[in-house]
Amino acid sequence: MDLPKKTYPVTRADLVRYAGASGDFNPIHWNERFATKVGLPGVIAHGMLTMALVGRAVTDWAGAPDAVVDFSVRFSRPVPVPDDETGTEVEVSAEVKGTTDEGHTVLAITATCRGEKVLSQAKATVRTSRLGK
Amino acid sequence: MPLDPSYVGRSYPPTPPYLVGREKIREFAKAIGATDSAYHDPDAARALGYADVIAPPTFPTVVSFASNNAVVDDPDLAIDYSRVVHGDQRFQYTRPIVAGDELVGTQTIEEIISRGGHDFITTRTDITDTAGAPVAIAWSKLVIRGEG
Repeated sequence: MDLPKKTYPVTRADLVRYAGASGDFNPIHWNERFATKVGLPGVIAHGMLTMALVGRAVTDWAGAPDAVVDFSVRFSRPVPVPDDETGTEVEVSAEVKGTTDEGHTVLAITATCRGEKVLSQAKATVRTSRLGK
Repeated sequence: MPLDPSYVGRSYPPTPPYLVGREKIREFAKAIGATDSAYHDPDAARALGYADVIAPPTFPTVVSFASNNAVVDDPDLAIDYSRVVHGDQRFQYTRPIVAGDELVGTQTIEEIISRGGHDFITTRTDITDTAGAPVAIAWSKLVIRGEG
């Protein structure tokens, strides 16, 4: 079963807000000079912000904010965020991969930015009770 | 020089208790655009059986990120933070974090691998309440990029 794709915009303002909320003030997430100096294409989103957006998708699909039992990702490619009004977008989709011995549902997740995968081996285990309802 | 794998198993003293504030959860939820009422409205969270607002799934990073500094700043490991990239992240939950929780993070080095000139260090943060009851476990794999 494929779950409905979700799209999340990410702007520079979102990175600033996330830095403050999470306590991760690494300058690669807000300082263009610093980011390019260390070899990045420019300011990139916090990996943990991308994971948080995926977490929104997962709890939406599961139908409950407290449904997630296990959640893991590998950050395979950075998410560059241009310095303009629209920023960029992260697209999240998933398919149901199976059921655990405890009866939880395992989701295999895909997250892309501009058509390229930004996460690999992303999966979440959720309590099944309200999935897709 | 590759990171010394003999540090696997090293653990660090528990962090001082982190008091989870209702406004901090709301701030975090707002920052990630999460609008579910259980993150914002205590009554909505109580309807689900929690004492106060609950935190979104990646909120434990607020505790584990701070607790991970014990490893990143360990002078024996001498990690060059300017070369660190976040590789993998995993959370396993016993229950959601709830406003009013006092949380303690205990950090352990679980794996060190050197490959292709890069070092990979996996740390585990056991997040408990102050009585020691488990709340969540966070694993972070950091990649320390080789020079040149």
